[in-house]
Amino acid sequence: MSGRMSRPVRVGATPGKAASGVILVIAGIAFLYPLYALAAFAFQPVGQHSGFTLDHLKALTDPVRAFQYQQLWEGIQNSLVIAVITVVLMLVFLLPAMILAELRFRSVRRVIEFVCLLPISIPTVVLAVGFVPVYQQVWHLTGAVAWVLAFAIGIITLPYAFRPIQANLSGVDVITLNEAARSLGAGWFQTVWHVIVPNLRRGMLSAGLLTVSVVLGEFTIASFLQQNTFQTGLALLEQADPYVASTFALAALLLVFLILVVFGAFGAGRRRSRKAA
Amino acid sequence: MTAITTAAAGRAAGAGASTPRRRPVAWLGFVPFAAYTLVFMAVPTVLAVWSGLTTQSGAFTLANFAAFAQPGIQKAFVNSLLLSLAVAVASSVLGAILCVALLAARPDGFLRVVVDAASSVLAQFGGVMLAFAFIATIGSTGMFTLWAQHAFGFDINSLAPDKTAGPLLYQATGMFFPYLYFSIPLMVIVFMPAVEGLRPQWGEAVATLGGNRLQYWWHVGAPVLAPSFFGALILIFASAFSSFATAAALTNSGILIPVVMQQYLGSETDAAVAHIPGVLAIGMLVIMGVVMGLYALLQRRAARWQR
Repeated sequence: MSGRMSRPVRVGATPGKAASGVILVIAGIAFLYPLYALAAFAFQPVGQHSGFTLDHLKALTDPVRAFQYQQLWEGIQNSLVIAVITVVLMLVFLLPAMILAELRFRSVRRVIEFVCLLPISIPTVVLAVGFVPVYQQVWHLTGAVAWVLAFAIGIITLPYAFRPIQANLSGVDVITLNEAARSLGAGWFQTVWHVIVPNLRRGMLSAGLLTVSVVLGEFTIASFLQQNTFQTGLALLEQADPYVASTFALAALLLVFLILVVFGAFGAGRRRSRKAA
Repeated sequence: MTAITTAAAGRAAGAGASTPRRRPVAWLGFVPFAAYTLVFMAVPTVLAVWSGLTTQSGAFTLANFAAFAQPGIQKAFVNSLLLSLAVAVASSVLGAILCVALLAARPDGFLRVVVDAASSVLAQFGGVMLAFAFIATIGSTGMFTLWAQHAFGFDINSLAPDKTAGPLLYQATGMFFPYLYFSIPLMVIVFMPAVEGLRPQWGEAVATLGGNRLQYWWHVGAPVLAPSFFGALILIFASAFSSFATAAALTNSGILIPVVMQQYLGSETDAAVAHIPGVLAIGMLVIMGVVMGLYALLQRRAARWQR
């Protein structure tokens, strides 16, 4: 098809349709197979290796077995609270610093980038070892509650929050926007709130989504600090009821995947319409 | 052109507007971010290192490094390094092939959106949940394990190097597969921009000069992509080396360094081993320092072609 319709000879890096199709199909099967196995296992009758049953889901509402799932529900609640707080932390700590650096102190941008990407180089387990004494102090003040973990988890989400915001910032001429707003009589707060921030919505949304997905998938810090989150709850439940644990794992993977697909499709649509305009 | 002059003028005006009197106030805007990263990034890292360099009473010592002489810890370090290296090489090669194959898809098409989202989920979200998927796949009664036994009479656990340590999946060798499962998507995320940066003009130039596709890859594609490729390989090594969740969800035995760290942390009542997580943290930081230094060098070379 491509032979006659477009150029007769393929040049450059673009692979042939057939070859790339075969590679992508093989990769698709290889990546879907473990998820299929997980789904099949989640709905298998106890002790069998095939078959389909919904009994495991019924157990979720069984008051006699409620104690088994108590910790998971609690963990999910904790993780959701931590996710919300982490996003707020990102908006309060990271975003103002990035805007300020972009507008007024452009040499500081390199410093912020370095700091934000540092958690890639520091293994989370190393941070977690250091968090133990830090949180002994923090918990003196707050009591051993899970939501304070947001401060620790916020650090490991920094690279994920930084990159989309930075990409957005460098795509918008904030200096000109700033000068335009200021020359029309806006104060700095009005400028940032009504002019700069609305232009960064896309980067902020993307950063927020990635932050939430990292928080909900976070296991290391919660495990080292012996707190109960979604992932530690899942790991515990895997011992008691691997079927329900698998169902939740699959559901969480699918949910985050769907959110990212919807967000990505929305972004691709916007890119296309902008190109057409 | 106008945009550039406006921007330049704006910059000049901005510099004029910030009189020396107002400057210190504006600097205060960085205080929350600086304080936060100081308390929750710098302090924990320093405390982790410090706990490896001090005795129980707080005096400086290097004696803690004797921990590296323990056979269990040495074995865990070797396991961690070998596993990360194998995963990095395998997933960077497989991921690169996948990236090139993805060039055939439209850059803003649905397939790319799905692949991007899936890569993000598997590389950044997975951890514990991916471990469950692999228990269901190549665990002792996993779907693939049973199928291979049934169809070929082949026991996947016979591949395990240590026959006494239980199923393959719970040993360092078996963890290769789940690690691959989150590392290949990471390769796609990291390497795809470089592959997309290959300009079509370069291919046309090679074709005009009479070169074929093999010559294109040998003389243009591979040299241009090499720094990004090795940079991505290093990043995957670093990610696999410091990964904890998957290993911890699969096994409690200290076969990899991050799991060993948690075990010793759990037994902090025992004064004799209280410093071991700190010492291991130093070991990990040294390895990461070397690896990320190499990465920075390669990035500088890769940046040349991405302007």
